[in-house]
Amino acid sequence: MTCATTSATTCAIAFDDVSLEHAGVTRLSHLNLEVKSGEVLGLLGHNGAGKTTSMKLMLGLLSPTEGSLSVLGQRPDRAGDSAFRQHLGYLPENVRFYPNLSGRETLAYLVRLKGRPMAEVDELLVQVGLEGAADRRLATWSKGMRQRLGLAQALLGEPRLLLLDEPTSGLDPAATEAVYATIDTLKARGVTVVLSSHLLPGVEPVIDRALILGEGKCLALGDLASLRERFSLPYVIEMRGAPQDLALRLVREGIPARSSLASAGRLRLEVAPEHRMDALRLCAGFQGLKDLEIRPPGLEALYRRVQGCSGSEPGNGSEGSSGSDRCQVSDEIGHSTAPPSVEETR
Amino acid sequence: MCLLLTIAHKEFRDGLRHRWVLGIAVLLGVLALGIAAFGAAASGGTGFTGLSTTLISLSTLSMLLIPLIALMLAYDAIVGEDEGGTLLLLATYPMSRRTWLLGKFMGHAWVLGLATVCGFAVAGVVIAFGTPEAVLTEVVSGLITLIVSSVLLGWSFLALAYWISARAGSKQAAASQALITWFVFVLVLDLALLALLVGVRQGGAWLPWLMLANPAECFRLLVLSAIEPHQASAITALASATPRSPLLLMLLQVAWVLLPLGLAIKRFEQRPL
Repeated sequence: MTCATTSATTCAIAFDDVSLEHAGVTRLSHLNLEVKSGEVLGLLGHNGAGKTTSMKLMLGLLSPTEGSLSVLGQRPDRAGDSAFRQHLGYLPENVRFYPNLSGRETLAYLVRLKGRPMAEVDELLVQVGLEGAADRRLATWSKGMRQRLGLAQALLGEPRLLLLDEPTSGLDPAATEAVYATIDTLKARGVTVVLSSHLLPGVEPVIDRALILGEGKCLALGDLASLRERFSLPYVIEMRGAPQDLALRLVREGIPARSSLASAGRLRLEVAPEHRMDALRLCAGFQGLKDLEIRPPGLEALYRRVQGCSGSEPGNGSEGSSGSDRCQVSDEIGHSTAPPSVEETR
Repeated sequence: MCLLLTIAHKEFRDGLRHRWVLGIAVLLGVLALGIAAFGAAASGGTGFTGLSTTLISLSTLSMLLIPLIALMLAYDAIVGEDEGGTLLLLATYPMSRRTWLLGKFMGHAWVLGLATVCGFAVAGVVIAFGTPEAVLTEVVSGLITLIVSSVLLGWSFLALAYWISARAGSKQAAASQALITWFVFVLVLDLALLALLVGVRQGGAWLPWLMLANPAECFRLLVLSAIEPHQASAITALASATPRSPLLLMLLQVAWVLLPLGLAIKRFEQRPL
């Protein structure tokens, strides 16, 4: 599904073969991406992978050197100071404010710049839990508090598109949870959210789809279930009281598996998705088994796999098929490194 | 317009908070009082030496200090916010870069203008009431010219500071460029002019016009032309050959505000973030 075929109102962001070069360095190369309204997209990748660059393109702070993109039905770099920016909320990476102003003064200034009613200042301060510190100078605030103020300013003016660059960096677990809860609320309201992070486990339940970037190239794009399948990431089964040679026994039954010793006498088993039910049945049959836990492969594993693949065959991302598929590492590569081997590590 | 005022107001409040207004006003006020009170020291006496001499001395003070103050006030106006990370955030707000720059400039201009007026006004009051020989109307008209042209001088260097700030890649670079700018416009060009005046024997009719290529000299010409001193110095002699209409000179000073400001806006709009 492309934005050309759907109406502009359902498609919030569309990258069409976008490349960006700056000072001889390719920051982004041939990115194709469509984000529907109300979708939460996770932008994942190492530092320098192109996450912030992509966001700056969406904000219109940078112009693509090749290709075109539209955000909320407009070319962001041409939209200027028009109403376009009224509908945008942006939280920069390591957001910084004027240290000599208090939180309330900062928000009041930003509310005025966005032409919103002053009542929003207090609403937002309460929403991010900063009402107590609001009248202290920002210089005395902790990084986590400043980050929450950054989120508050991104939320002002009820944006239709929210771009959050590392929104949870510097936040404690409770505040991180609060951020993700906020994103869920916004999603329910139909706000499109683009979220970059390298704290993978945290974003996993929040995002609808993930775009994994590496050195400006799209390494993978899709929802987590299909990405798991595509890269045939192993399920993890953890057990207490299972025999040590479990993996060997499984292999004898025709189930490829890899086992390792997890903490406190727990055995950790990795099996391919298609074999997980067989493996479970077999494991559950052991008499001495005290405990069993099965986990789907996390984003972390996916991420490592994709990053591993990207080096093995350069240029794979842009060959062959068209549309959004163009942006996916071919299945062949996904499988070439995938089959779990028999191996006992102790 | 509302946006412009919001930005200007924030900048002005920062100026108050950081004691820029107070600091500049006190500095100018104290130095101006010193000049007024001890102006005769050069001729071996103490006390007030006459209005025109005092005003000339005050204008020299303005010419040296106000450009420096303006450059220090605003050299980091843009590059500082860029380095501080606030520019990136503000660039995503619904306003043009031009509006933001103009708003900030207005705020800074108000800080500098208010401080200059306050500083010189205090000195003026003391001169007017402390010295019996001073004629009130003369003091007032002389001071108004001095203050207006000083403010314009400050604004033109403020605009230059914005231009420097829009071009600079770092605060340190902007600071050193600001100092060089002050050094060139206030000291080097002045000395070069004197050197030319001495060196060029014939056909130096173009020399006076060279003065107009420097906002600091424009300022000096304006003050001289308004005060009409009967003092002979190389510069005043030279000045006699230049246009002496205060209105024209004031327009030139305004042009010296608008030109660098326009360049600053142009440069800032191309500045990558």
